[in-house]
Amino acid sequence: MLPALIPAIPFLGACILMLCWKRVSRTAVTVIGCGSVALSALVALAVAAAVAAAGKEPVVQHVWQWVQVPGFAAGIDFRMDALSVVFVLVITIVGFLIHVYATGYMQDDEDYGRFFACMNLFVGSMLVLVMADNLLLLYLGWEGVGLCSYLLIGFWYKDPANNYAARKAFIVTRVGDTAMAIALFLLFEHMGTLNIQRLLQEAPVLWAKGDPMVTLIALLLLGGAVGKSAQLPLQTWLPDAMAGPTPVSALIHAATMVTAGVYLIARMHVVFELSPAAQTATAVIGALTLLMAGVSALVQTDIKRVLAYSTISQIGYMFLALGCGAWSAAIFHFVTHAFFKALLFMGAGAVIVALHHEQDMFKMGGLKKLLPGVFWVFLIGCASLTAVPFVTAGFYSKDQIIWLSLAAAGGHKAYWLAGMLGALLTGMYTFRMFFLVFYGEAKTKVHHIPGPVMMVPLYILAVLSTVAGFIELPHTLGHVALFSHWLLPVLPAVQLATDSVALEWMSQLISAVLALGGIWLAYMWVIRRPQGMVDFLSMPGQVWLQGCWRRGWDMDALYDALIVQPFVYLSNVNRKDLIDKIYTGTAQLMEACHNLMARTQSGILRWYIMGVVLGAVAILSVLIWRLHMVS
Amino acid sequence: MNLHPTTAGLLLAGILFVLGLISVLIRRNIIFMLLSVEIMLNAAGLAFVVAASHWGQADGQVMFMFILAMAAAEVSVGLALILQLYHQLRTLDSDEASRMNG
Repeated sequence: MLPALIPAIPFLGACILMLCWKRVSRTAVTVIGCGSVALSALVALAVAAAVAAAGKEPVVQHVWQWVQVPGFAAGIDFRMDALSVVFVLVITIVGFLIHVYATGYMQDDEDYGRFFACMNLFVGSMLVLVMADNLLLLYLGWEGVGLCSYLLIGFWYKDPANNYAARKAFIVTRVGDTAMAIALFLLFEHMGTLNIQRLLQEAPVLWAKGDPMVTLIALLLLGGAVGKSAQLPLQTWLPDAMAGPTPVSALIHAATMVTAGVYLIARMHVVFELSPAAQTATAVIGALTLLMAGVSALVQTDIKRVLAYSTISQIGYMFLALGCGAWSAAIFHFVTHAFFKALLFMGAGAVIVALHHEQDMFKMGGLKKLLPGVFWVFLIGCASLTAVPFVTAGFYSKDQIIWLSLAAAGGHKAYWLAGMLGALLTGMYTFRMFFLVFYGEAKTKVHHIPGPVMMVPLYILAVLSTVAGFIELPHTLGHVALFSHWLLPVLPAVQLATDSVALEWMSQLISAVLALGGIWLAYMWVIRRPQGMVDFLSMPGQVWLQGCWRRGWDMDALYDALIVQPFVYLSNVNRKDLIDKIYTGTAQLMEACHNLMARTQSGILRWYIMGVVLGAVAILSVLIWRLHMVS
Repeated sequence: MNLHPTTAGLLLAGILFVLGLISVLIRRNIIFMLLSVEIMLNAAGLAFVVAASHWGQADGQVMFMFILAMAAAEVSVGLALILQLYHQLRTLDSDEASRMNG
């Protein structure tokens, strides 16, 4: 099977939909929109089977030569190896489920076809990103998903706030992309190629460990990853990106694009291994982000913003794992997170649609009886996110990260503590949301019960959020390592600094207790003692602190003061075109000269003749004078 | 004053040319301007003839034939233009025909 077909089919679907969605029926749009992703998933499965059958030998396909100049060549080359297979399968399968769900969610929207065109374009770009064999093609996919994210966040463009959110997402991620572009230039300058495999082979030959240049490149790549994956300090765009339709949030802001940074770092892991400083930076950013976003999620009122902050926090876990050198653990958490976060986003979408586009959790409540189907799948998603021990996928992936953040060679006690604290926060904010939505009194009437087209994808994702964990079990619990074993040809195994079963048990026990403790705290907070919490939170200082957390630690205000306001000031100063004056002045001088010359064109014949005579006399004078000088 | 014939001829040609030029510049009647241009052309032709006789070459005389032919063509075109001008403006004053200004 041809790997190139995998991104080509969604692109084809996007092309067809863009050209004629206004002329074909909704059924046709549905068939093309979902069918292209389904077909792509089938091809992906076949290619994955081929990769597995060939003993994890990568399948490489050269489609055509894209750029060919002396000293540089970049092709449209696709490569399916163990790592890209994982990403491609998650993107196509979860993407397909989200497409199916979206046919229900968006059924009354007038721009139904435009929605699916953008979604297909997004899936295609994301597949290019993860399948690219050289960094230039990867960058094409990288920018492609950025464009689609802009189009989809601002999908309901009639509301200016949505356009503002889309612009913000676009510009903030561009900051990271610029860093990444510089990293690519530097890589090319030093290595003469952008082919990923050659880079990975030759980087250790060219640079010693800790070389300043490789550190610079790794940090710039990290900058790109931080922008795309909404990590500190570029995380501010993701909560606002919730302005888009909910399936978009599930697809882009949970399952695929925001994990592109994780993919990039895992893909370039050799470069990061060469630079301990960059690895430490990655881990520290991850640890700080997971705590900051966790605290912010704790005080949100909008259900989708809770999930947005939760996503930032969970990607923080992935960055922490990458920084510790636990590459496969990060990818494993990506997989389980894609399942349960897509499930949670779409469950939230079902709730939002049922309550006629109400997103404020304090206006929900009592939905346990009214929406039992959504209740159960949401419970499974919340349990997986919280990492309830033994039965959820999230437990196995997150627990692995927490344990490795202590035990891996790049680990540290502080990372472990941050991970533990994050586990407690996750339990608290997740179940605060859960209890607020499904328990207590019903405050808004249910308008609409989600149909099977929306519920079936949720059931499938609920199953996946549970069973996906059993492919990778820790040493203490049976020790199955199917997943990390699968990734071995691409990502090296984690190097353990301490390998103590007792300590691992201890770590798992503490994280389990903290997760359950988080649930208990949320229970006390929301259901048992709401008044006590209200009293506690209305204490002076608390109000301000909560507001600050709700606004994402006031990072927006900080950027506003540091960057936006000075820029606005400068542009106001320059409103009268200070610099343009030079050019305008030149133009005006020329115009004056022209007017002067135009005066001579009086139409009076004798003046013209006079001009000719004077010119002739002048030329003759010069000639005679020169003749005189020579002789 | 004993001038060399060539010098005398060229001097005459120069005087004629300047006279023609001055009258082109100061005359407003366009027929007079045309006549003055003819004088200038003749002055140039005279210079050619003088030069031809000075070097004993026929080229200058041949060139004068060309000048004569050209002058005839010029007069015919010029007279046609003058007729049109008079037809349009009812005057022969060249300054009146100043509509084509910048």
